[in-house]
Amino acid sequence: MNAKPVVEIKNLKKSFGNQEVLTDVSLNLYEGENLVVLGKSGSGKSVLIKCIVGLLRADAGSVKVFENDVTALNRKNLGLLRQKIGFLFQSGALYDSMTVKQNLEFPLRRIKKDLSEKERDAKINEVLENVGLADALHKMPSQLSGGMRKRISLARTIVVDPMVMLYDEPTTGLDPVTSDEISSLITEVQKKYKTSSIIITHDIKCAHHTANRMIMLSKGEVYMEGKPKDFENSTDPLIRSFFM
Amino acid sequence: MKKFNPVAKVKGFATTQSVRLSEKTMAKTVMANNFLTDIADVFLFIIQIIRETFSRDFEWKEFFRQCFQIGYKSLPLISITGTIMGLVLTIQSRPVLINFGAVTLLPGMVAISLIREMAPVITALICAGKIGSGMGAELGSMRVTEQIDAMEVSSTNPMRFLVVTRVMAAILMVPLLILYADALGILGSWAGASIKGDVSFVLFFSQAFAPVKFMDFFPAFIKSFFFGAVIGLVGCYKGYNAGRGTESVGVAANSAVVLASLLVIVVDMIAVQITDMML
Repeated sequence: MNAKPVVEIKNLKKSFGNQEVLTDVSLNLYEGENLVVLGKSGSGKSVLIKCIVGLLRADAGSVKVFENDVTALNRKNLGLLRQKIGFLFQSGALYDSMTVKQNLEFPLRRIKKDLSEKERDAKINEVLENVGLADALHKMPSQLSGGMRKRISLARTIVVDPMVMLYDEPTTGLDPVTSDEISSLITEVQKKYKTSSIIITHDIKCAHHTANRMIMLSKGEVYMEGKPKDFENSTDPLIRSFFM
Repeated sequence: MKKFNPVAKVKGFATTQSVRLSEKTMAKTVMANNFLTDIADVFLFIIQIIRETFSRDFEWKEFFRQCFQIGYKSLPLISITGTIMGLVLTIQSRPVLINFGAVTLLPGMVAISLIREMAPVITALICAGKIGSGMGAELGSMRVTEQIDAMEVSSTNPMRFLVVTRVMAAILMVPLLILYADALGILGSWAGASIKGDVSFVLFFSQAFAPVKFMDFFPAFIKSFFFGAVIGLVGCYKGYNAGRGTESVGVAANSAVVLASLLVIVVDMIAVQITDMML
């Protein structure tokens, strides 16, 4: 791969008490690609992306994003680095007490401080149109369905123009039609905003739809790495169990 | 037939007992360790709040929203309890004072007991229930649904946005609610006195405020800021550090009310001792 790595992880270890979740993970995310991370529940997929964004501190190893070691950054510099990273939470994590507009304004006011109110409104309308929910501007999160919440959450993430997107199980808990729509949105975001993304999932359909490259995590290590085709043609029993 | 071996029997007994003892010691050590860790966590939490309070980017808008939530939205509850407090105290005390021929002292007695003790403590306990549980449940559910993490990854310090604003609003609003309860309590007392006999409004109030001195009011006002701090700190600490499951939201809300109520009583006891030494 000739492209520059935007995320470089080397020998990452993370444990909670006596339970070792990540024993030795090394991977690179290259500019402009969608990397899908597969793995069984509890294999440490979510822990991996939480270490990338600094929500969890790695026990050992290095996590570099745009050549900045996340494990060594102070709070201020970590905050600055996070402005370039978008994180879509599994639950959506919309702020319950705020309307959709306020949810979108929240990161925008803090990260893009120089925008005027008019420019802010235009940006919010643009991302809402991109996720197909322009009419949800004044709704509360409690008035939205699961799929709509995911879309708004995606809109809140892309509204600040992140360079790296981290998706934590974006299609979990959604019906097949909505899952397909979210998968299409992920590829649209990649094309339109030129983002590099790590997509954590165990939804094979979503993985097929979005992946340029795949990684399988098992027992806290990278079990297999390759193109989607390599995974499809694999005879390994663990890989096959996912693709059956 | 199996031969009885006293040495082996004693050895076996000693081994079982020593294993039990070491298990108990381990459990006690873990408990003591957890307790000390909790205390250290609370101190770090308070230090972080103090540091964030004096940072440049204070969240004024959220602070005023919290003042509205804590102060304005508690007014109906405080109005009812404050009025009833004064009314009941008057109706209960009146027959005793009549027996001693001291019914003219009733307004002053009620005013002093309300200002010095009853209004601050009862209002603080009500606030511990209403505000403390609200903070514990709201922050706890934000923790469970990853909203606090979402705030952190969007370059916002959740400690500054969620905790500092709530604690500061509680410190400011609880004393104001206590002053409001004082006023309504005395008004309720006049209503109680009017039910039992004909008392003029002006006479009642002049008799109520005549014996009240600055030192009746001042220590009570000062301790009310500590009540606000305790309620805000406990509510936020329990909610902010809630576990990951939905059950932990209920636990956070419940323990916030219990601990805040208990600490209000403890702070009151300390404040009374200090005031007593000063007078």
